[in-house]
Amino acid sequence: MAKKINISINGLAAEIAEGKTILDAADQMGVIVPTLCYHKDLCVAGNCRVCVVEVVGQKRLAAACATPCEEGMEIMTNSLKVRNSRKHIIELLLSEHESDCTKCYKNGNCELQELASEYKIMTQDFIRLAPLKNYTIDMFSPSIVKDDSKCIRCQRCVRTCAELQGVNALTVAHKGDEMKIATFFEKTMNDVVCTNCGQCVNHCPTGALVEKNYIEEVWDAISDPNKHVVVQTAPAVRVGLGEELGLPVGSRVTGQMVAALKRLGFDSVLDTDFTADLTIMEEGTELLTRLKKALVEKDQAVQLPMATSCSPGWIKYIEHMYPEYLGNLSTCKSPQQMFGALVKTYYAKARKIEPDNIVSVSVMPCTAKKFEASRPEMHDSGYRDVDYVLTTRELAIMVKQAGIDFNKLPQTEYDRLMGDSTGAGVIFGATGGVMEAALRTAYEIVTGREVPFKNLDITPVRGMDGVREASIKIENPVKEWAFLDGVELKCAIAHGLVNAKVVMDAIKSGESNYHFIEFMACPGGCLGGGGQPIPTNPEIRKKRAEAIYAEDAGMPLRKSHENPEVLKIYEDFLGEPLGEKSHHLLHTKYITRDRF
Amino acid sequence: MVAATYQLKRADFIFKNENDWEKVLSKTLESEPRELINELMSSELKGRGGAGFPTGLKWKLSSEEKSKTKYVICNADEGEPGTFKDREILTKVPYKVLTAMAVCGHVIGSGKGYIYLRGEYKFLVPDLEKAIKEFEYYCKEIGFKFTIDIFMGSGAYICGEETALFESMEGKRGEPRNKPPFPTSIGYMNEPTVINNVETLAHTYTIFKYGSKKFYDLGVQYSRGSKLFSVSGDTPKPGIYELELGMSLQDFVSEFGDGDTKAVQVGGASGFLVPRKRFEETTIGFQGKLTGISLPTGGSMMLFNSSRSMFNVLDNYLDFFNEESCGQCSPCRVGCQQLLKGIKAVKRGEKTALYLDKLLKLSETMQMTAKCGLGQSVGNSFSSIVENFREEMIY
Repeated sequence: MAKKINISINGLAAEIAEGKTILDAADQMGVIVPTLCYHKDLCVAGNCRVCVVEVVGQKRLAAACATPCEEGMEIMTNSLKVRNSRKHIIELLLSEHESDCTKCYKNGNCELQELASEYKIMTQDFIRLAPLKNYTIDMFSPSIVKDDSKCIRCQRCVRTCAELQGVNALTVAHKGDEMKIATFFEKTMNDVVCTNCGQCVNHCPTGALVEKNYIEEVWDAISDPNKHVVVQTAPAVRVGLGEELGLPVGSRVTGQMVAALKRLGFDSVLDTDFTADLTIMEEGTELLTRLKKALVEKDQAVQLPMATSCSPGWIKYIEHMYPEYLGNLSTCKSPQQMFGALVKTYYAKARKIEPDNIVSVSVMPCTAKKFEASRPEMHDSGYRDVDYVLTTRELAIMVKQAGIDFNKLPQTEYDRLMGDSTGAGVIFGATGGVMEAALRTAYEIVTGREVPFKNLDITPVRGMDGVREASIKIENPVKEWAFLDGVELKCAIAHGLVNAKVVMDAIKSGESNYHFIEFMACPGGCLGGGGQPIPTNPEIRKKRAEAIYAEDAGMPLRKSHENPEVLKIYEDFLGEPLGEKSHHLLHTKYITRDRF
Repeated sequence: MVAATYQLKRADFIFKNENDWEKVLSKTLESEPRELINELMSSELKGRGGAGFPTGLKWKLSSEEKSKTKYVICNADEGEPGTFKDREILTKVPYKVLTAMAVCGHVIGSGKGYIYLRGEYKFLVPDLEKAIKEFEYYCKEIGFKFTIDIFMGSGAYICGEETALFESMEGKRGEPRNKPPFPTSIGYMNEPTVINNVETLAHTYTIFKYGSKKFYDLGVQYSRGSKLFSVSGDTPKPGIYELELGMSLQDFVSEFGDGDTKAVQVGGASGFLVPRKRFEETTIGFQGKLTGISLPTGGSMMLFNSSRSMFNVLDNYLDFFNEESCGQCSPCRVGCQQLLKGIKAVKRGEKTALYLDKLLKLSETMQMTAKCGLGQSVGNSFSSIVENFREEMIY
């Protein structure tokens, strides 16, 4: 038990565990202290000073987020001194911030705007400083727009990029009035080591970092009578979209989402979960093939452990940071890109539509997917496989624009042909989900039996620890896989790129002996992706994960290899996993990128 | 040299060089750390960088930390406008500083010292390195493990702030940390660290050599000992002077003024401006009960005569802060810009004179809410200049 100390806040006494900050104490007592630079995912910076409070007896005010409670502290969170100072600070921030709110993408979802409204800053007495002389608006990245004129220099993005992702694409440059958040040598975002993960966007309190939106392009496509617009929705979108449309965190809105997409005018509403299942078939087979080559044929060229390739942020990260391990990546495209390649081939043929007239749109919890769709490799259908990528947030905007009352929508089913999915596809949205789905299928292929876990829930791979390990022993396999008898399949899961680094460094140093590793760029996996509703924090991600697993538990089919449409596509079109057609459409290559 | 009519009590410790550092070092190292701390405490030496934290207490707190690795850092990032005493100490009596660092190492249990040298003082390096080499050789000879390295600053004023200095030494951007924790428990490399100003260390040498009484007998209550003053501005005799603390500003001006002194800036850009009418009631030293208005200083004394525009003086200071703020915390980064642009706007008539009151309130907010000493002290010069020379700001 931690030692308790006695303090008082606004005259109310309380006992607080030693080591807690004033902000923690206030939170515990139900006193709200406004914050800006503080974020539950990040280390304490204490630089916006919005959270200042008065400690009786001290000349200066203390930043609540950065000041530990001490025995006997008398804290005032709303004294005149505090109010006046706080107001001043908000006014100062507004003076350097391009506060033309109606023209801002984040209008209505901006923490600075909220504060200004709360403190009723009605006048602008201070001299307007924005935009600062060395500001830029960087629109070069296909994923992220960085607008310095809206930056309040809270450094949340800097800490996000360093602490959650270990990428350090964004850092602080210059000092004094020229201090700004900048990339390496102030190059454009598309030209630096940035994984496009969008965590900076998720953590930005203002409109300084936002996703590059493709809303108008998609509206144009929908309105074009000559175009057949197909939309696919990623697993994590169904547990995030509700939040953005006013429902509680962790609401599952699959049925309403499909209904909304139909009302928006998409010609066909399909499910990325279908290609998630397909990924499992391809990736599972690839893993077993690699194991066979390594264990039976003793092929030295086979690279193990095999790493998943669903997360485009992770892919760009490894291309930059560990290019010598590109051979360890599964050659499978991500479900989004498999889907894109199939829409303009298999789907087009089956539905007798010219692929030229198909516009393929995806709704993703991710900003890196926008980059992925724009990669030159992703044209295997003969066209750009995925034309536009929308984030969960952009879809919510479209739903609002279309005047759809989301709450009143009926539960609707996905369209058929690439709309069928299993629980295994759904859990792709959570960290550990790809691993779990792969194990459910691979174990059954090898042994002919279901994975030895109650209700197929492979709980050791679930959870929110940054790096998790699991192993599963293969006993009594079927004849074809007899060589795997007694082999303990060692797996690891890492989410958040700092954790990916931990695992990669362990591989590099030879400390680890995994067979299969799931990497996800974002904390919590896709459900915590850079395109998901803002705010994000550990509790929110936990609730979204619970929703994902509830969705899985409620599915009639929960193993990828039982997806009837997956079986059908192999029968009608692809042939077999890792077959020639698969190889052409569903697999890809990676490139080595610079570290600078 | 100082005239015969001199009203101020002159002292001569710092630059008095009897070349006996080897003797002082080996003698002092024989004493128990506890005794040395007591000696420092009873001398009532306070930090000479400007903030005035009791040096004995600082060493004591660090010595009580349990960590195996500790550091002694000499802060020679002398950047306050109008201060140039540390340079002189390091040039003339470097051995005093090195000895004091080693003694501090002995007291707190540290074997590693660093001198964080201001980027502009690069020319001091060859001589200083020679001195360090000789010093380390002697330490080795007497069997005392202590080494000293020089770490060069790169020209940022903020890196004189102790925690920003650590960040800079650790290879990061020089931005102040949150306090607490204080350096005595978590400093450089997150280890307990004593960081002292060059002059403070030089004074400890005096105390270890002559005993605390000799030091304590100088000065007045709460402001014991002598202090180096960097005198500049409109004065016939600019230079460095060692004077007892507790003098009245009037006496100081009689000695150093040119007969037409309109105001004195005590403590550099981050200090206070005192107008002529307050010379009598102002003393130079640390805050205490006995004295009326008592102003601490890192040693910078800038005299201005009636030919100077106080608007230009303030404009110059604010321009300095505007550039030297690290930009991390909002009150300092934006506040400095607002103050600077604000006084210009008033001068040009774009804002009314009443806007100065809004700016005064803002400077108060900066004093109360900024993260480090830089932002907190911008308001010192701002409010003291605007309040005393309001008409010069407007017309």
